[in-house]
Order: sequence, then C-alpha cells, then structure tokens
Amino acid sequence: METILSLNNLTKRFGKLTAVDNLSFSIEKGNVYGILGPNGSGKSTTLGMVLNVVNKTSGDFKWFDGTLSTHQALKKVGAIIEHPNFYPYMTAEQNLGLVCKIKGTNTQKIHEKLEIVGLLDRKDSKFKTFSLGMKQRLAIASALLNDPEILILDEPTNGLDPQGIHQIREIIRKIATGGTTILLASHLLDEVEKVCSHVVIIRKGVKLYSGPVDEIVNSHGFFELKATDMRKLEELLEAHPKIEKITNKDGVFTAFLNDPMEAEEINSYLFEKGLSLSYLIKRKESLEEQFLQLTNQTTQN
Amino acid sequence: MLRLLDIEYNKLRYSRSARILIITYFILITFIALIASIEFNIGQIEFRVADQGIFNFPYIWHFNSYIAALLKLFLAIVIVSMMSNEYSNRTIKQNLIDGLSKKEFIMSKFLTVLVFSGISTLFLFAVSLILGYSFSDFTEFSIVFSDLEYLVAYFIKLTGFFAFCMFLGILVKRSAFALGFLVVWYIFENILFAVLNFKVFRNTDIAEKIMQFFPLESMSNLIVEPFTRLNAVQTAASQIGSELDKDYSIHWYQLLIVIIWIAIFVYLSLALLRKRDL
Repeated sequence: METILSLNNLTKRFGKLTAVDNLSFSIEKGNVYGILGPNGSGKSTTLGMVLNVVNKTSGDFKWFDGTLSTHQALKKVGAIIEHPNFYPYMTAEQNLGLVCKIKGTNTQKIHEKLEIVGLLDRKDSKFKTFSLGMKQRLAIASALLNDPEILILDEPTNGLDPQGIHQIREIIRKIATGGTTILLASHLLDEVEKVCSHVVIIRKGVKLYSGPVDEIVNSHGFFELKATDMRKLEELLEAHPKIEKITNKDGVFTAFLNDPMEAEEINSYLFEKGLSLSYLIKRKESLEEQFLQLTNQTTQN
Repeated sequence: MLRLLDIEYNKLRYSRSARILIITYFILITFIALIASIEFNIGQIEFRVADQGIFNFPYIWHFNSYIAALLKLFLAIVIVSMMSNEYSNRTIKQNLIDGLSKKEFIMSKFLTVLVFSGISTLFLFAVSLILGYSFSDFTEFSIVFSDLEYLVAYFIKLTGFFAFCMFLGILVKRSAFALGFLVVWYIFENILFAVLNFKVFRNTDIAEKIMQFFPLESMSNLIVEPFTRLNAVQTAASQIGSELDKDYSIHWYQLLIVIIWIAIFVYLSLALLRKRDL
C-alpha cells in the first residue's frame, strides 16, 4: 500500500510541557483517518508540525516517499487548520485564485470547487461578509483546489450550528466516497465514527491506539434481546458458552460475547429451546464506548 | 521569482487602503513640480523658487531625490501593514500550509520592496527629467546625465528603509505598534547621537563615525540635505563670513553600510519566521 505520510517519534515541547510525545503512525492511501483526542491532546500541534507551521522538537515525518521538501509536498495536500484564514478584503474567487497561484495549479477549477461546497452564487462576495459556516466551506473548497492526494481537516465543524455541521459532514462524506484520503482531527467521537475507517487516538500527546475503527478494543460485539418470558431468556443466555455477561437495562438484555457468534446462531439456539424472541439485534460497541473503555484501561494502567 | 511577485501583487491589488496609499505616494512625488510655482516677496525683492536654480541639472538629481525620500513614509505604511496583516489575518499560516516555503514568503515580500523602490526611482527619474528640461539653465546631454549616483543612493535608501519596515512588521506583528517602534527607534538614534556628540566625545567627530553605522542614520547619510548647496544660500553664507564646505557627494562605504543593513534585515526576518511557531 502507498504511504502518504509517516510520522516517526515526532515530539514537540513548549517549554516544560510536552504537547506531542514520540508520536509515530502512518497514513495509507485511500483510507479515511480520524485523529481523536480531547481538547489540548496535541492534535493540532501534530498537524501543525507536518504542515510546516510548527517547528518540531525532535523526531521526523515524511511526506509521500520522502523525496520532496515539505513545502513542495504540501502543494499536493489540501489542509485547513482550526478556523479558516483568508484575506478579508478579497472575494471568495479572488482568495481561491491566490491559493491557486501559491499551489501552482491553474485557476479553472475554482468554479467547480465552489459548486461542490455550494458557494458558487457567493463567489463575488468579500470574505469578511461570510458567516462562519460559509468561511469553513470556502476553506474546504480551497483545500480541494489542487485535487489533493490527502485532505487534512482540523476540527472542521467547530463552532458551527447543526445545519452547518450537517453540510460540512455531507461534503466530507462526498469527498471520501470519491476515494480521496482524508485525515480528520476531532474531539467529536460521532463525527469520526461516521466518516472514518481508521483512527489514531492520542491523549496528552501520547498515542493510545492506531488502526481500524472496529478493532480498538478486543471485542466481539454484543446482542440486545427481548422476549415475553424474560426469566427464561436469562436462564438460557447464562447457559450459553459463548456469552460472557448479561446486563438488563430498561427491559432489554444485553449479552456480551467472549467468542464470535452471529445473530442466526443465537436465534436458532433459543428457538430450539422453545423461546421466541420479540427483539434481537447484534451490535458492536460504539466508538464512544470503545474510546471510554480504552482511555479507562490506560488510566488504570 | 515572478510567481512570488505575482502572489504579492494579488494580495496588494485588492486592498483598498494599500491602493490609496500607493497612488497618493506617486501623486505626491509629481507634486515636487509645484515647488516651482512657490513665489514670495521679501520687502521689495520678488523671490521665485524656480529661479534659484533648484531645477538645474545636475543639482536637480540631488534636490529631488532628497525631497522624494521624505515621502517614503507612505510606502512604509503599506509595507508594515502587508507584513503584519499576514499575522493578524493568520493568512501567513494558510500560505505556508498551501505550500509556500518560509523562504519564499520572505522573498515575495522582499521582492515587492525592491519593486517599490525600483518603480519609485524610475518615477523620480522621469519626473526630474521633465522638470529639469522645463526649468534647467543647462540642458547639455553630459550635464543632464551627470550626478546620477543620487538616484542609486535613493534606490538603496528606500530599499534599506523598507527592509527595516518589513523586519519590524514581522517582529512586532501589529502595524500600529511596528510604526510606533520605528518612531521610537528614530528617537533613540537621535538621542544616542546627541549624547555621544555633546557629552561623551565632545569636540571630536567620533560620534559621527560611530553613528554612521546605525540603520536610520546610515540611510539618512546617503543623501545629505541639498539646501545649503544652493548658490543663493552659499552666497548668503559667505557674506556673513561663514564657510559652508559640506561634503554632498555619495561614498561607496555609505552605500555598503546600508546594503549590509538590508541583508541583515532580510536575514533576520527569515530567521524570526523560521524560529516561530505559528
């Protein structure tokens, strides 16, 4: 697989504070990555370092195969960090024209990209007249101008109203389905869960996990079940060898697995024992549950 | 290189305040011509400035480059704000993320400084040439094009001053404070000069020898005031018995000092930008 970005023991210290501590991971082409971590965990600093705006203290990072200098590599990258930064006195189109000149791409794509983010009708408005959501969308359009190999978004929905958040997520999803590699930093778990296939979880600058979203914790998922005869259901579930633990919440049993098992298997097992279910669903832990589990584990350790 | 200039041109072109200041600056340079129309009466004598020979070749090169250099403050404001606005709009961060290197960023600014100085010099050349041909008593080719080193000095002086402004813009990050700093620095150099001249090294020229190495002083030394060089003033002075034997020429080492300052300011701007986390 083609590696787009690799970090090797990247470290940043601000005086006594270590913002990013020996961080290593790599970004492969075609995946959607989330960098997850609470506020102040070093996400933006990490992105700042690979984007040439924050100086690293030690370690190194490599764009593509490492033959390009960082600023040359960045011309093939689209990135927005925190809030959108443009020249307030210039119109949307003029601002994007300037970005084209810096990136060295031609200006033909400006209209196409403004169309994607739904700002084509505002192309002649000055940037300072834009709402935050529009500014953020313009930033995405600007990051897409060079048809980047990787799109880096740092808290893209920060400070937006629900409608704005929805718009941005739709845009990201559309871009992701087009096969663009995306790196999304966020503290919002559901945001990452909705769009990312891989995650890097960091806390206080230290990496806790990196890999596919559904392998964060060692888990085979769980069933939620309901039947008319709840007592019998409980007995049968307890007797099943693949079920580790049962909890009852609001009249629904949650049965955690210690071995992989499909819904058909438990359904036919219960049916053979003379119990029909009124409700059965197999689920995996949500990212939030996994995240909490992971951070709890590491706190205990 | 053209790409870098093009980028900076695009940033400035849409800024209304920059446009107004730049246009004002060039209009004011052409207003030097208005000096010609100044007339006043001292008692019975009618006095016309234009008749005093200020527009005579080659003196006009000296006179005009001195006067025009006073106007550099207008462009200085443009330069300081084009640096510090990149910080206050945080666009410098976005520029770097978009793939401009820190070196390219400083180069694009410095090239703009060179272009500003270059255009000013050409403009001054054209204005002076026209004025000279209209008012000068001598229009022989060899006289017209002598003493052109004043234009070279003018170019270096402007570049030096603007490079200083560029550095201050990066250092202070706020236009108003950067311009304030410029004024404070000017006052500082003057006070230092006064202290050295009148207290520490009395009755010697050591103070001047030291002060010529300071940035603003070295820039102002490039073009010495031209007024005492006028015939009328010279005559008046010799009548009251004092001799004016000022050195009005431009020396290579004065140019060199300013050029070294330019290099220092550009280098420091880059070093500062490299060192900073944005």
